[in-house]
Amino acid sequence: MLNKLKEIADNSEKWLSQASNIDEINELRVKVLGRKGEITQVLRGLKDLDAGERASVGKIANQLKERLENMFSSRTEEIKSQELELRLARESVDISLPGLPLQRGGKHPLTLINEEIRDIFLTMGFSVAEGPEIESDYYNFEALNIPRDHPAREMQDSFYISEDILLRTHTSPVQVRTMEKLAPQLPVKIIVPGRVYRRDDDATHSPMFNQVEGLVIDKRITFGHLKGTLMHFAHKIFGEDVKVRYRPSFFPFTEPSAEMDISCVNCKGSGCRVCSHTGWLEILGAGMVDPRVLQFGGYDGEQVTGFAFGMGVERIAMLKYGINDLRLFFDNDKRFLRQF
Amino acid sequence: MGVSINWLKQYVDFNWRAEELANRLTMAGIAIEGIDQEDDDFILDLDLTPNRGDCLGMINLAREVAALNGSSIRMPEIAIKENHENINQYIKVGIDASDLCQRYAARLVKNVKIQESPAWLQKTLIHSGIRPINNVVDVTNYVMLECNQPLHAFDYNLLGNTILVRRARAGERFTTLDEVERKLDNDMLVITDGSKPVALAGIMGGLDSEIHDATVNVLLESAWFLGPNIRRTSRKVGLRSESSIRFEKGTDINGVIYAVNRAAMLIQELAGGEVVKGIEDVYPEPRKELQVTLRPERVNYLLGTELTPSQMRSYLEQLQFPVKEQKGNFIVNIPSYRPDIEIEVDLIEEVARLHGYDKIEPGLPGGETIPGGLTPFQKFRDEIKNIMSPYLNEVINYSFISEENFQRLLLPQDSNLRNVVRIANPLSEEQAVMRTLLLPGLLENASTNLARKNENLEFYEMGAVFYPAESGLPLERIRIGAVVCGHSDVNWTRHRVEMDFFYLKGIVENLLWKLGLEDCEFVVAKDFSYHPGRSAVLKYYGDELGIIGEVHPLVLHNYDIKQRCCAFELDVEKLFAHKRTRLMVDKIARYPAVERDIAVVLADEVTAAAALKAIRDAERELLKDVVVFDLYSGEQVAVGYKSMAFRMTFQSMERTLTDNDINSSVNRIVDRLQKDFKAELR
Ligand SMILES: [Zn+2]
Repeated sequence: MLNKLKEIADNSEKWLSQASNIDEINELRVKVLGRKGEITQVLRGLKDLDAGERASVGKIANQLKERLENMFSSRTEEIKSQELELRLARESVDISLPGLPLQRGGKHPLTLINEEIRDIFLTMGFSVAEGPEIESDYYNFEALNIPRDHPAREMQDSFYISEDILLRTHTSPVQVRTMEKLAPQLPVKIIVPGRVYRRDDDATHSPMFNQVEGLVIDKRITFGHLKGTLMHFAHKIFGEDVKVRYRPSFFPFTEPSAEMDISCVNCKGSGCRVCSHTGWLEILGAGMVDPRVLQFGGYDGEQVTGFAFGMGVERIAMLKYGINDLRLFFDNDKRFLRQF
Repeated sequence: MGVSINWLKQYVDFNWRAEELANRLTMAGIAIEGIDQEDDDFILDLDLTPNRGDCLGMINLAREVAALNGSSIRMPEIAIKENHENINQYIKVGIDASDLCQRYAARLVKNVKIQESPAWLQKTLIHSGIRPINNVVDVTNYVMLECNQPLHAFDYNLLGNTILVRRARAGERFTTLDEVERKLDNDMLVITDGSKPVALAGIMGGLDSEIHDATVNVLLESAWFLGPNIRRTSRKVGLRSESSIRFEKGTDINGVIYAVNRAAMLIQELAGGEVVKGIEDVYPEPRKELQVTLRPERVNYLLGTELTPSQMRSYLEQLQFPVKEQKGNFIVNIPSYRPDIEIEVDLIEEVARLHGYDKIEPGLPGGETIPGGLTPFQKFRDEIKNIMSPYLNEVINYSFISEENFQRLLLPQDSNLRNVVRIANPLSEEQAVMRTLLLPGLLENASTNLARKNENLEFYEMGAVFYPAESGLPLERIRIGAVVCGHSDVNWTRHRVEMDFFYLKGIVENLLWKLGLEDCEFVVAKDFSYHPGRSAVLKYYGDELGIIGEVHPLVLHNYDIKQRCCAFELDVEKLFAHKRTRLMVDKIARYPAVERDIAVVLADEVTAAAALKAIRDAERELLKDVVVFDLYSGEQVAVGYKSMAFRMTFQSMERTLTDNDINSSVNRIVDRLQKDFKAELR
């Protein structure tokens, strides 16, 4: 009987090692260890043995059964892990294939730059003010110290709707509108983004473009504050390592007036085509608000002072993104728009 | 304007090399755009701001250099040999328009010999961009460049003994030196010989009295004309000259005599002749020098500096401005060649300029800082762009369009959208009216992109549209519009979405949902520009928010678009007005949800919206959600009918639903569909 059991065990071991999948093992398990399996069949013969022999053979038979069960389960594990490995190998994909394309929209580069400029000033405590794109002559010119026949009107050839109404040539009218609304409250601290229009259309001029204007009014605002504020802006938008300089300039609504240049972002100041070999790039115009403009806005220029500045968003965007053609902004070619 | 450094050195001493001089001037507000070398000379390219027209004259530019290096200028000395005659015997000047011509001086040089100018003079003019003509005309131009005082030379024998300055008569005709006949109006100023014009004042002389080879007697004009009037006339006749440019920017009324003397002297040197004694100088109201008070503490207050009064004074004196002290303030006499200085801040700028902007310490405004920020409407517009941008590319179009667009959009003649704000002086008909809707710009974007073989487009724009107002400024409203066509990008997975009506509707529904406006209804639209069977008006409790649809095939044809395009356009201000904050209305149920599908056959005219409404109405309590998940028409459904399948989700907040609960709900729903639409279960 023991020989018989031993034979079963040896055969099982052989078959198990040859089994190649879980199904075969399960089949074998039923055949050997099942309720009607070979072991059970053999153990039925126990009842024909005497008590002493029965106990010792029974014990050996149980040990054998246990050993077989362990063999089965470890072989099962072994096969499972082999099968998993095979599956993983089978399932590998070409990970170099591109991912499923999502819709690829995006904001216009001018919107992105506008947001960037805006966020810098928001963190400095500025609010955003807006005004109409079609303006009265009064707000666009008169109240900004540009009376009729002032030569500065020529710098800004305008689109007229009627004698007194025009497409605004700058966002500066909102300065006066805001002052009128707020006076005599202090401080005034706004930026004004928006579309502006000038009667000019060539490679470097677009009849419509975008400006961001700024205005700060308070007691004891100085030219030094103008310099510090705009220097902070320049460093935030073009990087801490750009150099900044201020030159006297002229705007009818500021006095003293200044032009702010930054060291060329392309050549770092050594001179190149982008900066006309000067090493400097003109970025924005600024100045202390002319007392006559403060008066138009309802403030007393003796009691309060202020500074104002303005910049072209296209120019900043061109420098930041390395765009060399102004026309691309309004051409709206998908190949251009999709790059942002 | 080109400026020769060698010439400049005749008036002022400096040791700076060309680059250094250019840098110093630039940093003092006289921008030098470039430097060209010419033999032993350097030519500076000046880019003057409009307030510094004075620096169009070499002497005034020399004053700037002198102010910067603390030296002083050398004015050319005037030495004229006059004869014993009297100018009054030869010429009488009258001014009939003393508002436009506030001074007129004339001098006569007799018996000159007209010939070519010497080489140095010709070269100087050429460097300055002026063509040499003859010795007399060249001298007038040279003195203009030197003194910033335009001069004119008449052939005295052709002119006669009278000069009368007056306004032109409306319709009067006059032929200028360039042989063009000009039609004048009575806002224009002319110099006449007493009857007919001989010069368009300050702009150009006349053909009939110009200096020619046989001229022997030369009458020199040196005058002051009102800038704005010269500017208007110059624009009206379309003629800008070196002379008009200078008058426009303002000349020195008290420099008139020096200039005419300087010219007489040089003519005598170069063309011989005798200068008749005296100047006929009509100057009815001599201008006094302006005095401006400068308060030293105000300078530091505005600049944020700590300059001493004596520093300030020395800057002003470097500019050769006479300064007197009075009770701690400075009374400054403004020379008449600096008409740009009118009030105290103008002087503060002079001080700052001479001190150097770069020496002013930068700082940040202190005091109470108010928190900045965006208004709710500004934030709202950002939010909309943020919602749109993952799906659509933002475009920016010009706000002006061609009026022809209205025809292309098939708008009827009486359409409100044709009521436009018109530009009086457009650059072209393409940009003649302000847009009343965004669609034309978007369709043009689609058209140009498709023409460039950019397939598959998805564009949106947010911006203002404009409508005329009864009075005051036109109305401006912010809108958002979009256009899509084609498919999503080509890829290897075979999943490509067609960007059709329902694709775009999905984008709009997503927007509405995020704004809490999912109750918005889509009502069949009747719009001339859209496909009548594939367009809808968006209504929010009766208020029309905008339109969405496939663009009408004829409209597409008009824009040269050869494929289907869908578009929408919504009023952003209305969206803002209705926007709701989303409240969490759906509690998370603890009991399981059960899904059931039904498919029913419906007549074609029954809309999905109507069927969904009926289903929701039939089971208000347990039906949590219902969506259309299939739509079929074809062989297996009778003509005029469609099969629509709904997936319904049932759930209770109180208990686990039994099959009985659900069956009775489904039955109620099916009954309702049968009753309302004669629907049949498939
Ligand atoms: Zn550079």
